[in-house]
Order: sequence, then C-alpha cells, then structure tokens
Amino acid sequence: MATLVDGPDALTGGKDTPNPEAVVVRFAGDSGDGMQLTGGQFTLSTALAGNDLATFPDFPAEIRAPQGTLFGVSAFQINFGSTEIDTAGDQPDVLVAMNPAALKTNVGALKVGGLIIADTGEFNKRNLEKAKYEVNPLEDGSLEKWQLLAFDISALTLEAVKPFGLGNKEALRCKNMWTLGLALWMFDRDRQPLIDWLNAKFGKNPVLAEANVAALNAGHAYGETAELAGPLKQYHIAPVESEPGLYRTVTGAEAISLGLVAGAQLAELPMFFGGYPITPASAILHNLARLKEYGVTTFQAEDEIAAIASAIGASYAGQLGVTSSSGPGIALKGEAMGLAIMTELPLVIVNSQRGGPSTGLPTKTEQSDLYQAVYGRNGDAPMPVIAARSPSDCFEVAIEAVRIAVQYMTPVMVLTDGYIANAAEPWKVPDPASIKPFPAKFLGEKNGPNGELLPFARDEKGARPWIKPGTPSLMHRIGGIEKNPGTGNIDYSPASHQIMTDARRDKVDGVANTIPLQEVVHGETSGKLVVVGWGSTYGPIYQAVRRARRKGLDVSHVHVRHIWPMPSNLGDLLKGYDKVLVPEMNTGQFKTVLRDQFLIDAQPLNKTSGQPFTIAEIEEAIVAALGGDVGGEVDADKTQLPSIKSVNP
Amino acid sequence: MNEMTKIAVQTTLKDWETDQEVRWCPGCGDYAILKAVQRTLPELGADPANTVFVSGIGCSSRFPYYIESYGFHTIHGRAPAFATGIKLANPDLDVWLVTGDGDGMSIGGNHTMHILRRNVNVQILLFNNEIYGLTKGQFSPTSREGTNSPTSPLGSVDRPALPCAFALGSGARFIARAYDVSKNLSAVLKAAHAHKGASFVEIFQNCIVYNKDRFDDFVAKGVADQNQLWLTDGEPMLFGSEKSGGVRGIALDMETLSLKVVDVVDGDWQAAGVIVHNVKNRALAHMLVEMPFGPFPMALGVIYDDPRPTYETVLLGQDEQARKGKDANLAKLLGKGQTWTVSGTAADPI
Repeated sequence: MATLVDGPDALTGGKDTPNPEAVVVRFAGDSGDGMQLTGGQFTLSTALAGNDLATFPDFPAEIRAPQGTLFGVSAFQINFGSTEIDTAGDQPDVLVAMNPAALKTNVGALKVGGLIIADTGEFNKRNLEKAKYEVNPLEDGSLEKWQLLAFDISALTLEAVKPFGLGNKEALRCKNMWTLGLALWMFDRDRQPLIDWLNAKFGKNPVLAEANVAALNAGHAYGETAELAGPLKQYHIAPVESEPGLYRTVTGAEAISLGLVAGAQLAELPMFFGGYPITPASAILHNLARLKEYGVTTFQAEDEIAAIASAIGASYAGQLGVTSSSGPGIALKGEAMGLAIMTELPLVIVNSQRGGPSTGLPTKTEQSDLYQAVYGRNGDAPMPVIAARSPSDCFEVAIEAVRIAVQYMTPVMVLTDGYIANAAEPWKVPDPASIKPFPAKFLGEKNGPNGELLPFARDEKGARPWIKPGTPSLMHRIGGIEKNPGTGNIDYSPASHQIMTDARRDKVDGVANTIPLQEVVHGETSGKLVVVGWGSTYGPIYQAVRRARRKGLDVSHVHVRHIWPMPSNLGDLLKGYDKVLVPEMNTGQFKTVLRDQFLIDAQPLNKTSGQPFTIAEIEEAIVAALGGDVGGEVDADKTQLPSIKSVNP
Repeated sequence: MNEMTKIAVQTTLKDWETDQEVRWCPGCGDYAILKAVQRTLPELGADPANTVFVSGIGCSSRFPYYIESYGFHTIHGRAPAFATGIKLANPDLDVWLVTGDGDGMSIGGNHTMHILRRNVNVQILLFNNEIYGLTKGQFSPTSREGTNSPTSPLGSVDRPALPCAFALGSGARFIARAYDVSKNLSAVLKAAHAHKGASFVEIFQNCIVYNKDRFDDFVAKGVADQNQLWLTDGEPMLFGSEKSGGVRGIALDMETLSLKVVDVVDGDWQAAGVIVHNVKNRALAHMLVEMPFGPFPMALGVIYDDPRPTYETVLLGQDEQARKGKDANLAKLLGKGQTWTVSGTAADPI
C-alpha cells in the first residue's frame, strides 16, 4: 500500500505538511447509524475525485443489533490515494467513532498518531457501560498515542436541522450526513453530487432532504472553522494516474451480475437465474431481478435445492441456467451439481464464500469452500472452478464461467467471497464489442454415423451435444443413472462406467487447453520465493510482494484464477522457485491441492479471523520465508482489524 | 401456454413406446399406468417432440425412460423444481411430472407444495403404493399406521399423509384420484391435461412385491361397486347398485356440517339429499379429500378443477411488461450509474 509519505503525522501535522499519497479512513458506529451508507457515499465522492480506492464494509450479521452494544458496531473502511490501491488498507489513519462501542472495537486498529473523531454526545454513562468502559476514554488519557478530536456531533447536528422541525430521533439520524460533510471538507471534496443524491433519495420527503443537506453543509462548515484551532487539517489527494477511459465504481456482486448478463449475451442465450436468499450472495439475485430486458428470468425458489434444480431444468430446456449461494446453500446444492455433471448440462454456480462451517460467520469473509468446490460431491464428479480476485475481476470471471459451461457442457463454479461481494473499487468500463462471442450451438438433427441419435457423442472438446426439448425427431431420455457412452441409455455395465467416468474427467481436464497459461503478476518466472494466491488475497499479496521487492527481496507473485483445472504450465512454473508460500483465508486448502497436483513443498500462511489479510502480515511471512522461516498461522491477536468477537467474547 | 401454437399430432400408442426394456417387477401396477398414459397421449393429439416427462427417484420415476418423448430422470424429490425451470424456460413444452409417495410426499414434499402453490402448468402424477419399493419395502409417508416393514418391525406409528388433502392445502387448483388398472384412468388423465395449471393426480398403484393388493378393499372385483365413488361434475354423488346391495349417495349433514352416506330409494337421490358434484366448489373438495375410507367409499375421479392463471403466464408476462420500451444495450448497462472519464492523467468528473 502506498502509505502516508511523511509518516503518521502527515494527516495531523501543521499546515505545511505535504499531502499524503494515500489515506485510510474508517467510519464506525452503531448498526443503525447509517455507516454503510456514509461509507458508500464517501466512496462515490472519492471515485469522482479521481482517486484509486478499495473499501471494506464490515457489519454485524444482525439487522439491527441492540443499540450501543459492542456486537452491534458497523464499520466501513476506505483506502484511497493518488497511487494504485489494492487493499482496504492495513491501519486506518482516521477513525470516525460515533459511539463508545465503535471506539472500543476499532481504535486498536488505528495507526499510532492517527486521528480519532468522536461524538461526545454519545459518550454518556449508558453507552459507556454498554461498551464496557469504566471511565470515559475520551477523558482518561488512554487515547494518548492518537490525536483526538472529540466534540458533540449529536448536538451540532440537532442544531443544524432545528429549522426543519424533525423529531429528536429523526433529527439525530442526520448525524451521519453531518459526519460525511466533515469528511468531505477534510479531503477537499465537492459536495454537489451528494446533495443531488440526497435530493433524489428523499424526493418524496423534501423536508428530510433539506435537513440532511443542512447537516452535510454544517459538518463541512465545521471543518472550515475548526481548522483554525484543532488538529483537523484539510488535504487534497491528487487523482491517480489511470488509463484513459470511462470509469465507475463496482462491487463484486454487481460485477458478477453484469458479467453473467454479458456472458449470456456472448453465448446468445437467454439467462435463467434460480436463487434463494442468503448472505452475502443475495445481492446478485437482487441485481439480476432488475435486468429483465437483457433476456434474464429470475426465480426465487423455495430453497437452495430448488434454486439449482430449476436452473438445471432451464439449461435442459435451452437457456443458460445460473444459481448462486454461499457455503451452506452450496452444500445443499451438491446433489444437483452431480446431476448436472452426470447429464452434462451447462450451469454456472456462484459461491460468495463466508466464514464456516455451518452458519459460521454470515457477514464475514473466508476462502474455506475451496475443497467443497473442487471435491465436495459424491462420486468422481469433476467440475471446473474459477475464482475472482477483486470486485471488478468478477466481471471477466463470470464471462469465463459462462464460456466454459457452454463450450464444455458442464457446471462451473465461480468462487468469490463476502469481501469481494461487498467491496467496491473503480472499474474501467469495458467495451462489450471487444469481447469475443462464443455462441451456443444446439443439435438440430440426428448425429450418429448411421442416422441415429447419439446424445452422448462427443466433440473435440469432449462435450456432448446440447439438445433442446421441442426439437423434432431428437426425443431422448437423460438422467442421473450411469449411461451408455453414445446413446445415453441406462447402462451400468463395468465398461460403460469406466468409459463415462474417464470421459467426464478428461473433458474437465481438457478445459486447461482453452484457458490462458499462468502468468506472473509481479517478479520473475523463477527465484527464491513465490507467493501463490487465489481469490481476494490478491490485493494484500500484490502490495506485500511489491514492498518486499523494493527492499531487494527475491520474491514473485503468482495469482491463480483457474483453480480447477489449473493452467497447464502452473506446476512447472512453481517448480522454478525454491520456496512456495500460499496465503489463504482458510486452514490451507489450495496449498494442499497444489501439493497434491504438483508434489511441491507449498507452505501455508493461514488466517481465519473473518477479516482480510493485511499487507504487513504477508510481508512479514515473506521476510520470514526468505530468512529460513516459513509462514505459519497468523496470530489472531495480531490481526489489525480485530473481529468484534475478539474483544467481546 | 400459447394455445395458438399447439397443433394436434397424429400418433398411436406404438409411437410412445421406447426401445428400452421395461424394468418394473412383473405384475407391478406401473405397467398399467404406463399403458394408460401411452394410450391417452395420442387421444390428446400430443406431439412427442414437444412433450417432456420429468421424474424424481423411485420405481415410478423410471417412467420417462419408457415414453418416447423427451425425458429427464432427475434427483430424489426435486422433479417439481426441475419442471418449474423447464416451464419457465419454454412454456410451450407439455410437461408431465411422475412421482411417488416417497419422492413426492416425503423427500420432495416441499417442492410438491411449491409447484402447486405457484400453479405451474404441468400434470403431476403421484403413484401412491403406500410403500418404498426401490429401497425394498420400508414404510412410506402414506403407509397406514401399523405397517410392518424392515424399518418398522413393530408396526409403523407415523400417521399417514393424505396426498390430495396436502395438495389442496398447498393451493392446488386441480385434484383427481384414480388407480392403476381403472378403466377411468385415461379420462382422469385427459381432464388433468385439459386443466391449465398444476394438475395433481393421485394414482393408487399396486406394489406386487412389498405391499401386494393394499387397495383391494376398494379395487377388488366384487367390492369396487360398493366402495368407489366416481365423481362427475354436475352429477349426483352416487355409488353402489341394486345388484350389489343398494344405491347409496353422499349427502351433507346440515347439523354437523359434515358428509354422510344416505340410502337412495327407487333412484330418488334428490329426496335422499345427495349432493351434486361441483368441481369448482373448494369447500366440498376439502370434505371429499378428507372423507375417510371405510365409513365412506373412496372418492375417485376429478375432485376439484377450478383454473386460475398459471405461474409461467403471470411471471413471464410481468417480465415482458418490464422489458417493454427498454433496449438491451449492454454497453449502456455497463456504464450505468455515476461515472467519470479519465483523459490523459487528469480525472474529469462528469
């Protein structure tokens, strides 16, 4: 991460301090305080200012946890700067704490010397007790190592919105806009897009719109006044140098949805999406439900099994079947995936991974469904698996999944995670005309050498023909029972099962022939150490390797999109390095697959705190690996974004 | 379904037979049902290329392999969900769903409920043999209390489910009952096919190996006449005959608001207060599906038939409305929302 060029006081120093390259801000408050909204709008304003950025929304599983409690804290972190940003940042430079609980659960992560902005109006006896503070931390000197700016945001907000005659509760709801106004001032942002947004959002209630705009303006004005005395200072973060083009921000869930729509269009197929609500995957169903004009049918099924079964039914009938879920739901879909493998029908399954097992951590991220994706079905049930590394990468990955599904007549699993699904980043809007189409083909007449129908004949890719019911003369039966290699008729003879098992395996292995060779993200194609990642660890690995290389360390970064089958050169590539380090947000699943596939001594670096890796954690492991030590577990206490549970067991 | 596109096709029973060897036990009731279906399809003018049989798992679910149409033998209990996806993807397909008492009422009870509640236009044939056949004779959700089986050596204690009552409770708009060797089965199938929406047909089926002659108390020769009430819309609910010991009918006991059996003297059913069947009367349907066999005859034929718009018509119609006037410009979609343009090195918010 490009960090404050002049050390931690850059933000809080005197007037002549140069502007930093990048800043990490965390908004934390009660889950009812509107922190995600504040963060989202601040993100938009950041993007409009031309900064690169990455965000990390971190919220509790409860919709409205009891007010003021430690477990009810909702936080939104954003890292933005004038250089390339790949993570949400290790340590915030600024923490906005809307109540004592927010301060308690988040202040530990704040950089030494960083700035705390606290609302004294919420630091009353009751809230302090709920946050398990015996004395007010704003007054007892316990925050000494940070810069503290404490003032009564609640009272200032009430004052600002007084002319609008709102009730006390409604008036206090404008606190987040007051805070956002202050943040906009701090980073020299244009208020107009936010004002436009507020007017649109509260279009039906102009009084609320005006009150919120007044709060926003008041926060902004406060910044200007406070600058004269306090530690508050205004910064201008220069725009990042980006490739010319049209940009927008995109979350992983949005990019997956857009990628699926684009994939279906490239395959020239209508899309059927069968889904069942589950965190953090529901957003995909929400997004697609609004895109009917793109040939999308969405179906909210009665359960996860019906969601995938209906999607398979639609694929059987000639549409692109898609389903999506998170770990527990994916587990329920397992048997149906086997049927799609057995009947060789195209299907895309999106898994937005969350912490497990069982219900686990519904709103927290993890990469622990890799075994489930690659191995988690009964029988020899091979299935391609591909993983997205960032929110915007989801777009390409979704298209790739559709291509493989249609060209190979197979279900394909896409792995994203809770972090990618919710996080936003700027995205250079692609030109769909620049993507090569892969139109689906349907069998129109009998395909056997003697004029017979062979539903399980195979093309050069090992794929069987796709036959739409309704096509004259091609009536046939398919099902989950083992079948004859050509006719598809029930046949569980020893020879038939051997041939079909081999054919299913070879077909999926053959996907490696149409995927790109593995490239090195950063560094050389051989050397002392390679850090191999997959999925959302891309950002922290990228930055950690970059930093280590700046220090002169011999380390490279390889990031694998195709988890199964893997690129055909991956084994040889990895064997060119003395050591292989695999950071994962699980207990070492990809590491095991790499060991199994290539007989290499891949070493794990594991973290399962429900939080993404920090750059520092990976950098330390790189240094250790090159110093003779190897990875190991990240101590949960050392993670710089402590989960709420770790301070409130 | 778009009625305009449906063209009656000339076929014979032979056209609906596949080259596959039928693998049910000799004497199984499934053979009779298969023949009845193959005999009925030509009469419906059905087109094999436009017909899909979907099934789950179990003896009944092997059915698609023996019908020369499109067929999808899916997984246990989930056939309704597959059928829903098929109909939403192509509502013009004529979809039949074949299931059993285990597949449709036990492991797949949830999906049976939802396809009925949504009213997807398919014909659901539930073969009820009151036993698990393919797994070798365990009691099923429709087995009678006290059923002796490998998993209930002391007799089952589960109260049996009533498929037709379940279907009605789930919101089904067509409910009928028949049995495997009945000469009326074909007529019931035709009525089910004519109904636009989910039609639910419970077919009592004799499992020759594990539950032999379970339904003999109303299907056996000699008792059938006295114990079968064949329902016809607009006709009085009469059963029995002078030869078999008298004509009787079903009447409403006004005091208890429940059904009762009454004797009909000299054919004067009106005098006996016999109810005239009305397939659109939902309250009556509730009483008929709950009518206990023993004190009452077995209600057979079309119990309830009151169509309403099908799921796929409404859902796809809504989608069609949503598409109106909107163009599917992907480039526009990708660049939606607040965007900014980068030219050279300076950001230029728009």
